[in-house]
Amino acid sequence: MSASATSIPNSRLGNLDEPATGDAARAARIAIRDLNFYYGTNQALRGITLDLPDRQVTGMIGPSGCGKSTLLRVLNRMYDLYPGQRATGEVMMDGENIIDPGIDLNALRARIGMVFQKPTPFPMSIYDNIAFGVKLHEKLSKSEMDDRVEWTLTRAALWTEVKDRLGASAIGLSGGQQQRLCIARTIAVRPEVILLDEPTSALDPISTFKIEELIDELKDDFTIVIVTHNMQQAARCADQVAFFYLGEMVEVAPAGQLFTAPREKRTQDYVTGRFG
Amino acid sequence: MSGHAAASMAMPGPARNLAVSRALGRRRQRVSLLVKGLSVAATVIALLLLASILFTLLWRGGTGLSVAVFTEMTRAPGSNGGLLNAIVGSLIQTALGTLIGTPIGLMVGTYLAEYGRGSPVAGAVRFVADILLSAPSILIGLFIYELVVEPWGGFSAIAGSLALAVIVIPIVVRTTEDMLRLIPATLREAVMALGAPKWKMIVLVCYRAARQGIATGILLAIARVAGETAPLLFTSLGNLNWSVSLTKPMASLPLTIYQYAGSAFDDWVQLAWVGALLITIGVLAINISARLLLRVEK
Repeated sequence: MSASATSIPNSRLGNLDEPATGDAARAARIAIRDLNFYYGTNQALRGITLDLPDRQVTGMIGPSGCGKSTLLRVLNRMYDLYPGQRATGEVMMDGENIIDPGIDLNALRARIGMVFQKPTPFPMSIYDNIAFGVKLHEKLSKSEMDDRVEWTLTRAALWTEVKDRLGASAIGLSGGQQQRLCIARTIAVRPEVILLDEPTSALDPISTFKIEELIDELKDDFTIVIVTHNMQQAARCADQVAFFYLGEMVEVAPAGQLFTAPREKRTQDYVTGRFG
Repeated sequence: MSGHAAASMAMPGPARNLAVSRALGRRRQRVSLLVKGLSVAATVIALLLLASILFTLLWRGGTGLSVAVFTEMTRAPGSNGGLLNAIVGSLIQTALGTLIGTPIGLMVGTYLAEYGRGSPVAGAVRFVADILLSAPSILIGLFIYELVVEPWGGFSAIAGSLALAVIVIPIVVRTTEDMLRLIPATLREAVMALGAPKWKMIVLVCYRAARQGIATGILLAIARVAGETAPLLFTSLGNLNWSVSLTKPMASLPLTIYQYAGSAFDDWVQLAWVGALLITIGVLAINISARLLLRVEK
């Protein structure tokens, strides 16, 4: 509980100000039920059932090709960009099925943000990188936008580093700064859920440490899902960890339990490095 | 097991012979020298040709350069005219052709790269654009003659500009598509992940990411049409007098060169050289700025 009391300006998220719902297990922000996913005829996810608890970090681990990134791309319907990819089952959020074809994708993606493996700064100024997403969903005055940019960059632990060069191109930032900018850009839209797809795999240890700190900060306000190949990272960041193997979810458990006392033999083999 | 491993260690065949090895090395060096020599010779020949063209142009055209070239109209032989109407005509028709052709080429290139990926329609469009890119430009002139000049009552500057636009389109299509395709999928996904509609992704991010490459393509298209003669022959026809009316025949530098260079009058031939020099300088300037633009990108 650090000094993360910086409140969101013009907050539309009433639930942020409410007290957390007791100490018991938090309610699921997203409830996945019997989810299957297909790349053409190739089934990549098999009967996934998983709850993503509200304002907690869910880590997803497993060997390459196990389906963890695929699951992430289902949650914000990224797969819709590519023909031939489809999902069946239920991914419920606020009574709506996310994978329902009739859902408003742009509104969905405003509520479920995503940060990618490689930093993807837009070819524009640092300021405009943040303002871009905000402008898609809100009409703000210049001063309101200034406030939002400052708040966002502060939350992303980037403000002190870039406040004197907001007009400079974002391409000129270091890799770690670019990735924090991408996280800032995502939270600027004020999503409820943030998906992180191996967000530190292209970064050096110091940048990685900063991003992990940031994730810890952000979970006070956001429900976070992080896919990672780094098991220490999953252990450090996540409240609960899910282990995927060959398109199935083998096991989900509180982070401490999954790494020290897994129920499944396959989980045990993976976390102890016997395969993967 | 270990015996088998030991047996497979020795390489088959006789041991290396130093004399054979040296002989092979000498042969390699001789072949290398020969190839190098041929390449250098070919380069020298090509450069000499280019240099002699430039030198002839500078010498024949440079001696005819005067203020009158830029202030006076083309005149009857023997009366020392200039090229003003041809220069202005070229500028107008090149500008108009670029203005008409660029937006169309940009949209087609965008369709190919962003909307039509993998579709058979896009494949057909790309094929047609490639054919158009290498089509003899006189065919394009004839096409506009049939389509515009005949039914609309005669030669005109607008017909000439349309013919140039048809040449501009495939060049801009190609560069736009190529440049947009260079944009990584991760950047596109990042834009879409913020909840942006596809058109905003294209206009606000992809165009911006590809802007230098696209601008270079447009510049190269301008350089290409600025020197075109054949498409103007049956369209804007040429005009010995001053005219900036788009519905009337219009002069242009390439057409004037074409008419003057083959004439029997010394001062006309001289002016043709001057016109050729002017076009070359213009095209060279555009090409150099296109290169500079690409360098800025890196």
